[in-house]
Amino acid sequence: MPKKNKRGYIINIIGILIVFALLCLLFDTGILGRRTEYMKGLATIGMFSIIMVCSLNLLTGYMGEFSLGHAGFMSVGAYTAGIFTMLLKSKGITVPDLPLFIVSLILGGFVAGVVGIIVGIPALRLRGDYLCIVTVAVAEIIRVVLCNLSIPAITGSSTFSKSFAGIPKIADYHYVFFAMVTSVTIMYMYIRSRYGRAVIAIREDYIAAASSGLNVTKHKVMTFTISAFFAGIAGAIYALSITSLLPTYFNFSKSSEFLAMVIMGGSGSMTGSIVAAPILSALPQIISYVNADFASYRMLIYAVLLVLVMIFKPSGLFGNYEFSLTRVVDKVLGKGKGGATVNEGGKKDE
Amino acid sequence: MSESKVIPVLETKGLGISFGGLKANNDVNMVINPGELVGLIGPNGAGKTTFFNLITGVYQPTEGTYYLNGEKMNGKVTHQVVAAGIARTFQNIRLFKKMTVLENVKVAFNKDMKANLFQSILRTPAFWKEELEAERKALELLSLFDLDKFADQAAENLPYGQQRRLEIVRALATDMKLLLLDEPAAGMNPTETESLLESIRMIREKFNIPILLIEHDMNLVMNVCERIYVLNFGEILAEGTPDEISHNPEVIEAYLGKGAV
Repeated sequence: MPKKNKRGYIINIIGILIVFALLCLLFDTGILGRRTEYMKGLATIGMFSIIMVCSLNLLTGYMGEFSLGHAGFMSVGAYTAGIFTMLLKSKGITVPDLPLFIVSLILGGFVAGVVGIIVGIPALRLRGDYLCIVTVAVAEIIRVVLCNLSIPAITGSSTFSKSFAGIPKIADYHYVFFAMVTSVTIMYMYIRSRYGRAVIAIREDYIAAASSGLNVTKHKVMTFTISAFFAGIAGAIYALSITSLLPTYFNFSKSSEFLAMVIMGGSGSMTGSIVAAPILSALPQIISYVNADFASYRMLIYAVLLVLVMIFKPSGLFGNYEFSLTRVVDKVLGKGKGGATVNEGGKKDE
Repeated sequence: MSESKVIPVLETKGLGISFGGLKANNDVNMVINPGELVGLIGPNGAGKTTFFNLITGVYQPTEGTYYLNGEKMNGKVTHQVVAAGIARTFQNIRLFKKMTVLENVKVAFNKDMKANLFQSILRTPAFWKEELEAERKALELLSLFDLDKFADQAAENLPYGQQRRLEIVRALATDMKLLLLDEPAAGMNPTETESLLESIRMIREKFNIPILLIEHDMNLVMNVCERIYVLNFGEILAEGTPDEISHNPEVIEAYLGKGAV
């Protein structure tokens, strides 16, 4: 491992721990008073949104294909995690929170990933608008299937119809934070490996990519699957923190909301996703919290914000710029130009 | 054509493709021997680029077969053809514009890289070893073409002539057995063409591979090619040395029209 990268890892790990310590300070010492629980909830929403938006950025920013059905994969993860934990509960099996959390997440991601492969293999022969329409269709199919799902016996709840509630609330924000950091790191490492390079090359020119020996379909399906996997993980966190699921939540407008976050942050920038996701997902909540009368205007503010960004910075807030903590540290310490290439967003909004 | 014992690098037998009723290529028989530099010329629309697309798996031939070092290649798709050893450049430059010059070359190494998904994500020593090795090899190739000083620049920021050269470097990086150049001198000024000529000579010396070249710049073709095929209306019109071709009345007629001789 090159020395400069080793140093970069250490700096980033320290950065992440500092952010984590700040979050703990904010939520565990009770300086927020009555609002602590509410803020914790917001932070959790922000954190699974980050995973969600980064996973969509893999497709939109790096592979260059639009998906307007990402909420579909999220719902697969959410329902998998929900059903799994309810199943354990109904069987009377008690598992400590942390292992249950981890297993639910991986299971949710895995099932979403499998759906991703099944959809990806036929769909990724298409490109651009056509692929986009297929993703919308897939999300709709998933939603309709979930709407007609009826398995009360498994989950033990007597009234399982469209929605179900009572999922154990085990998504503690400490866990969620590290789930988010791990997910984002893995996605970032993927992009900065030969696989990511291949996918970006395919985005730039797929004919030249094939003529350079890349199996275009293989790399596209792979990226699509990884993207679906992390959308599933985000969904699982959603299920385990919100504790009730409604299929209609994962609708078309939810998908387009995530896409808006990607574009606003800057497609092709993980930093952009990490910054835009918590702000845009928490914004409506904060507005309605501050002033209930104002709540009805929140979508208006959201829309105006988007229009302004698109006018003044069409490539999104960050374009394809990546924040590097190592670079900042080097600058502060006055150490010339550090060629740090590996960064990990330690930036978090509440 | 001499019947020697050597297996030709590329051999096409009755190769052809029809789009509906149009025969874009018909009964093309071509042989390229080891180390040869062969030119492919013909008027616009003669089917030269179609022929390139046929032997790189972009199109599948509807008639005939083609062989690379005696191995039948029909039915292979583009990336399999590249893996087998045919690399090409394009008539209109197709670089990965937003990627750096170095990355453009590293993409071509991808097919020979072994680090799997988990090694890549966990950044194991095997990953680093391979990545640094790829970087070293890429820089070495770039330095042959005086492009190493631009390694960290986005490919789209290079001047035209250097973009063309980068495309050749990327093709060379696929570790090919046959190089196809589609109008490498198109749009170049005389100085750029001159340096291209030098590059082509250098490739032959260093890599010792056969090259098939489509070109409209007759000066360049007559200068470097050992043998020339002339394509007209999708069929081979003539084949021979530059001298033979430039005095062939049929070729002159195809280019200039009847009565021009």
